[in-house]
Amino acid sequence: MATFNLKVNGKNHQVDVEDDTPLLWVLRDHLGLVGTKFSCGVAQCGACTVHINGNSTFSCVTPISSVGNSEVITIEGLSEDGDHPVQKAWEEVDVAQCGYCQAGQIMQAAAFLKSNPNPSMDEIDNAMNRNICRCGTYHKIREAVALAAKTK
Amino acid sequence: MSTVTRASRRDFLKIAGTTAGGLFIGFNWFSCDSPKVEVLSTEEILSQAKNFNSYLSISPTGDVVIYSPNPELGQNIKTSFPMVVAEELDADWEKVRVIQANLDTEKYDRQLTGGSGAMPHSWERLRTAGATAKYVLVAAAAKTWNVPAEEITVEKGIISHKGSGKSAHFGEFVTEAATMTAPEQVTFKDKKDFKIIGTPVKNVDAKEMYTGQPLYGLDFYREGMLHAMIQRAPFGMKIKSVDDAAARAVTGVQEVVTFGNSVAVVGSSTWPLMKAKKLLRIEYEPEGKVESSADHDRIFKELLASGKAEVRRKDGNVDAAFKNAAKVVSAEYQCPFLAHSPMEPENFFAHVKGDKCELIGPTQTPDRARQSAAQILGIPAENITVEITRLGGGFGRRLRADYVEEAVEVSRAMNAPVKVTWSREDELTGGAYRPAVRYRFEAALDESGNMTAYKLRGVGMNAGNTTREHNFPSGAVDNVLIESVNYESSITTNAWRAPITNFLAYAEQSFLDEVALEAGKDPVQFRLDLLQRSKTNPVGELGYDVDRMIGVVQAAKEKSNWGKNPNVKQGFSVYFSHRSYVAQVADIAMEGGTPTLKKITAVTDCGMVINPIGANHQVRGGIVDGMGHAMYGNLTFENGVPKQKNYDTYRLIRMKEVPEIETHFLTTDFDPTGLGEPALPPTGGSIANAIFAATGRRLRSQPFIEQKEFSDIKLDIRRA
Repeated sequence: MATFNLKVNGKNHQVDVEDDTPLLWVLRDHLGLVGTKFSCGVAQCGACTVHINGNSTFSCVTPISSVGNSEVITIEGLSEDGDHPVQKAWEEVDVAQCGYCQAGQIMQAAAFLKSNPNPSMDEIDNAMNRNICRCGTYHKIREAVALAAKTK
Repeated sequence: MSTVTRASRRDFLKIAGTTAGGLFIGFNWFSCDSPKVEVLSTEEILSQAKNFNSYLSISPTGDVVIYSPNPELGQNIKTSFPMVVAEELDADWEKVRVIQANLDTEKYDRQLTGGSGAMPHSWERLRTAGATAKYVLVAAAAKTWNVPAEEITVEKGIISHKGSGKSAHFGEFVTEAATMTAPEQVTFKDKKDFKIIGTPVKNVDAKEMYTGQPLYGLDFYREGMLHAMIQRAPFGMKIKSVDDAAARAVTGVQEVVTFGNSVAVVGSSTWPLMKAKKLLRIEYEPEGKVESSADHDRIFKELLASGKAEVRRKDGNVDAAFKNAAKVVSAEYQCPFLAHSPMEPENFFAHVKGDKCELIGPTQTPDRARQSAAQILGIPAENITVEITRLGGGFGRRLRADYVEEAVEVSRAMNAPVKVTWSREDELTGGAYRPAVRYRFEAALDESGNMTAYKLRGVGMNAGNTTREHNFPSGAVDNVLIESVNYESSITTNAWRAPITNFLAYAEQSFLDEVALEAGKDPVQFRLDLLQRSKTNPVGELGYDVDRMIGVVQAAKEKSNWGKNPNVKQGFSVYFSHRSYVAQVADIAMEGGTPTLKKITAVTDCGMVINPIGANHQVRGGIVDGMGHAMYGNLTFENGVPKQKNYDTYRLIRMKEVPEIETHFLTTDFDPTGLGEPALPPTGGSIANAIFAATGRRLRSQPFIEQKEFSDIKLDIRRA
């Protein structure tokens, strides 16, 4: 066990965990931030996507020991009132079916649009190909990312 | 009311100070746009609300709380059920809050999610709940205002009497109305007067989902709760010995519990358990058949040839018809085992407390969860409560209670509240799959290309009846023999979205394409000719409505411009399942020498559409699901263990692999029928038939990408 200080959603936290503990489980089990989802655990589905220093990252394979002083943002901290342009677009398009993957999809879309504010549809597809939606809401995800790009 | 445990769960999370938006308790997304209106929490509303029936409470503030009893797994029932209640109540949707009801077999009937059956089952019940409450509210207003009830009108939660100019919201009359007896019979609204049903209403959980609030079973935490992860035995094996020393040595592991053929590692957080589980040294020995995929292939061949079949349907004289045939067409089709792989892995919370038990988590069958727990614990089912969380997908996997039973076992052993969490590897290797099936089809044609006889024999691995013997083309052919053979495998199987039809429809609709080709007929016209026969002079029992099927076939033909563009090769498919009808056309164009899947057009008759957003979602989602698994899904076995253990080898469809999907819904006067499943079954067929039309390659097994006929085909997907 070791003590780690980390900064999540602008707040400082201290946790005592093994140094190989993935950020995902620190967020969920130790900080109670359950918006970041567990699904595959092997960086294949994107349900666990968070931002580390603004970059979308699979938190399920990110050991806590590698996080250091980095700025971690989770879905709970993406915006104050759920009013990030991507969240608003998701609401407007009514993207979700079961909804379980959508926090990860939103985090991926938000990081992507920050790096590429005016993407083509092909670029959107490439970026969002990283995240799996088992319900098959891909058409709506694509539509919502395009809408968010337009309305930001 | 049934909200108590839900509120306490949230309360814990709020107290723990862990959720950024913890104050969004029961927050109504729609109220966002109403400035300066104080938004009451659902708890505040409920504290003063009057209960009208199992589905409905209304507060003096005019706020309406609607309970949605059936588990929500993405089929949108938590939005569409309340829409029906609110419609008959003539409520203002902006003032409606929705609460997921807990299991309550006194209040609710068929509180489960499966078979696309919720809406057909509950349609009249939901309408009655809204209409009876409206009736007593109107009666209370009539009494208060001393005017005739029949002169009163209700719109958007406002009760009005034109003659006297009086008008007030529901809340004014709830106290009086709640004392009145609801009528035994009420008149429903005329469908043409519907104001909520048929309009696009957004998901009631949108805000919570998009801000990461705790909604799902896996998000449930309680102070003092232990976590458990479980190693299960390979299929057909039992535990011989367990060496748990290394697992116990992992920091954070409190206990190792063995029950049945499962070994649970228990601790205070998840990650140490994932590590410890890998360190368990468990020896197994066979206790039944230890099967590999090679065995299944052999068994399929043997049982298709000589297995003892159950005759499901027999019309006319098949042997004579084949003897006299001008042409015989035959083909075999095969589909593999598949996992359900909901994005939220299986998990459940159980707290066994003496002769009582609390269960919380994602289940499609809360009553089965309760009955299973009662049986394990030897306590009455009434001593067990079940709180239903939102489900991160289900696809049939959560019809089973195996993971609930595990939570109960571990909670009892530990004498503590326990949440069992499955890893993705557990989910893929832990069983209850879509069964693998192989079919043999034979058709006899006469000189004019008419199908005079049709034979189908299916062999399934724990699949039960692999056929739907009274479905099309039965009824359209004089001589029919439909048989099914079941092989009792040690590999556990379960309903998987559109059970049986998810592979049968692909096989049958592909085979009918082969027959049409041999008959020298257009595939759509071939089906229409058969349907005409079913309509005018049906043979035996019909399990489908011929006119409704003709309706979707003709509409799909028209909407897809069937056969009109020589540069587009098309594949047709139509299927009836779960009371609904879906016809599909897949379009493939050769672009730069590459076959490109450009579009799938789907026409659905599901009766009245409750929510066009939800309906569109279910049809597109069903098609994406059907396409993904037809193209890529494959679970194979070696010595009782699946070879594909995570998404790196078990491939699910992704963004760049879905074509444009154009959906159409027939406007019919039928009551709403199922929609969670019916769009999936025709998909494999429409795509396989389009691939054949474009390339001449007939794909008779799934997944397509693993077939040698497909090995040199590079199929591009054109995205909208």
